Amino acid sequence: MPFACIFVPDFPVEAIVRAEPELRSQAVVVLSGKAPLEKVCALNERARRMGLEIGMTKTQLEACTGVAMRARSPLQEAAAHAALLDCAQSFSPQVEDTAADTVVLDVAGLEPLFGALPKIARDVARRASELGLETNVAVAPNPDAAALAARGFSGVTVIAPGIEAERLGELPVSVLWDGLSPRLSPHEKDDEDDAEKFLDTFQRWGVRNLRALAALPGIPLSERLGQKGLRLQQLARGSSSRTLKLVQPPLLFEEAIELEYPVVLLEPLAFALNRMLEQLCARLSSRALATQELCLRLELETDLCPEDSAAPAPALPRCFTRTLRLPVPMLDAKVFLKLLQLDLKAHPPGAPILKILLAAEPSRPRAAQAGLFVPAFPEPEKLELTLARISGIVGEGRAGTAGLLDTHRPEAFRIEHFAPQEQSTPTLSEPRGNSGNGTAHSSPITALRLFRPPLHAEVTLREGKPTRLLCPKRKDIAGEIVWMAGPWRSSGDWWEQDGWARDEWDIAMNRENSFVLYRLVHDLLSGRWMVEGAYD
Amino acid sequence: MSASFATAALGRSFTLDPASGELELVPAPAAASRHAALADHLRASPKLACVTAASRLELRPVPELVLTGVADFDALTGGLPRGCLTEICGPASSGRTSLLLAALSAATRRQEVCALVDAGDSLDPQGAAASGVDWNKLLWVRCASTSRRAAGKTASDPWEQRMEQVLKTTDLLLQSNGFGLIAIDLSDIPLNSARRIPLTSWFRFRRAVEHTPTVLLVVEQQPIAGSCSSLLVNLAASGKLPDLQQAPVCPSHARLLQVLHATVEVQRSRLERKPSQSTRMEFYSRPAWAG
Repeated sequence: MPFACIFVPDFPVEAIVRAEPELRSQAVVVLSGKAPLEKVCALNERARRMGLEIGMTKTQLEACTGVAMRARSPLQEAAAHAALLDCAQSFSPQVEDTAADTVVLDVAGLEPLFGALPKIARDVARRASELGLETNVAVAPNPDAAALAARGFSGVTVIAPGIEAERLGELPVSVLWDGLSPRLSPHEKDDEDDAEKFLDTFQRWGVRNLRALAALPGIPLSERLGQKGLRLQQLARGSSSRTLKLVQPPLLFEEAIELEYPVVLLEPLAFALNRMLEQLCARLSSRALATQELCLRLELETDLCPEDSAAPAPALPRCFTRTLRLPVPMLDAKVFLKLLQLDLKAHPPGAPILKILLAAEPSRPRAAQAGLFVPAFPEPEKLELTLARISGIVGEGRAGTAGLLDTHRPEAFRIEHFAPQEQSTPTLSEPRGNSGNGTAHSSPITALRLFRPPLHAEVTLREGKPTRLLCPKRKDIAGEIVWMAGPWRSSGDWWEQDGWARDEWDIAMNRENSFVLYRLVHDLLSGRWMVEGAYD
Repeated sequence: MSASFATAALGRSFTLDPASGELELVPAPAAASRHAALADHLRASPKLACVTAASRLELRPVPELVLTGVADFDALTGGLPRGCLTEICGPASSGRTSLLLAALSAATRRQEVCALVDAGDSLDPQGAAASGVDWNKLLWVRCASTSRRAAGKTASDPWEQRMEQVLKTTDLLLQSNGFGLIAIDLSDIPLNSARRIPLTSWFRFRRAVEHTPTVLLVVEQQPIAGSCSSLLVNLAASGKLPDLQQAPVCPSHARLLQVLHATVEVQRSRLERKPSQSTRMEFYSRPAWAG
């Protein structure tokens, strides 16, 4: 029953490098602790080659040139760990969350789906690389052997059944505790003192590698080191056996970046957002999901905020949140980035940005099949971008579709987001007004062109009827009324504060050897006359 | 040195001898061989190799026409051409907006996604719904001169900003593809402002909509797109009062606006051969309450 282990070496460094890929070719150290007593808690291979090691202080590091120093980021580590789980879950549902940097999955029965075990291991490594993590992947007949091999061998390792002891024998004894011994056997956690004690003992015995440990006689080893010694020997022989402690990771897709310096301009922010969106999309893609809602939360610097400076607790960070709701599930980082850019351009944060958190609400990807006889339809992603750009031009809430309200009040509508639903087959249902299949012939409905706002009019009355009209704002709407119909009285909402009551007249006025028809309105509450629109 | 002339009608070619000034009649086969030699010469010349003879140019395909649902209008024009720019112009109360809503209604009934760039922000949504427009398929862009004011800028001409919005929005809509009908309503724009739209913009629109299934429809007071429009239709109010047939003594509260008469005239159509004279036809629209 084969198991695969995914191990991320120097996990705190990888979590940082995942958000800043340009650091991958540099020596990177991660510092933890309070200033000015920060110490190195993790470093990458390049930094090790420069002679740096864990525990060095920041002052010592400053003597070295070409070293990128970053503060440890729990947020980014959590995001990297979530990405690691997503990578494992994309291959098998039976996943053990062994440690922050280690995940073990059961790969039994996956050969028909993904190919032979070496191919599965390579695919796992490639998928992890797509998620921004450089990992070691090992496949072995039991979980502990896989974990030891992933920790000890770099790259992809496949151990066939029966040769576990031979393959693991090359590894040094320290690999049993190399920051991972508590995770290898969760039920028997050894503390650091135990690890040092065992290592000292093995050192004195001349046991340098796992082969030597595996060759020790069992009973004398038990007499000297107890059950823990036997357990270590089983691990060294690759013969331990245990069941996986399966987890079902929640579908939380969040990415975070803590910026070293506050970002003021939108352009550098876009670079960070791009990386985060690519990671989010890769994670969603690995779980065969898309998103319909993106939530961007920015933590802002409080010093430059006047209202916060006057507040009694200025130390609390100020948050700026924008939510992007999409009409259909999408999975395109470029589209998301452009939409966020347009949204932030329309609604700037207003203060320098310290921290970026981006969350995606997962949803099933849309499945659509175009039909031969279905009319052309705008691509949803392209349409969203177009709508966002148009809103930037004409103003927010001025582009969309009109949602009609169930009332007789004039101008009773609201602008709603335009999200036409694509139909796979032509519909036979007809909207009201006309009949037929799109080619029906009838006389059109006379349209009314509204004046927004309605034009104030000075009206001359005779026997209660308008006979002459003058619009101070529109000199062309003036003169004798040559024809009229009405009044048509309507009212509503009298039980509310904003009740309305009015008389409507349809009137005709002469203009250039012809007639122009207007709708004249008398507001019964205010007594004002208004020209509401022209029939056209 | 001699000059040659060929005529297909006679099946002969003539050669002019400059020394004697006489014309020499050459039989047709010889002329054909000279044509072949000329064609070889053209092919041999690198600069002329890519030149296509006018007779071999591809004919532009006749655009597909979509009906507006207005019987008289469709009978006169055949419908609105896809992939072309159509202008509908006329004064107030000439039925422009009624025709526009009818076209939008027909397009949305065909399940096509439509867009209306409303420069004057004068569309009545209730009226559009009464015309049969499916609001789920219509994008309404309401141009306004408020955003720039909010940004602290001022425009010398209040319509200038709206025109800018119309041009930018139309560009975006044309680029996004997939729309069955894109209508630009410039009816409320004063003629002086509408004529400031550069001709290059109309050429750009025409090129963008070419080879697409989109109908680009512009409603305005006077023609402004010049030769870019494939179909130019002029509407006019008929000059009849709405209810002349009713008794003049009828009181106003007993009257009802029932019919709005208008005349339609095709001023230009590139869809077929130019008509010898413009044709004119009457059509009428009825209010929603007229049944």
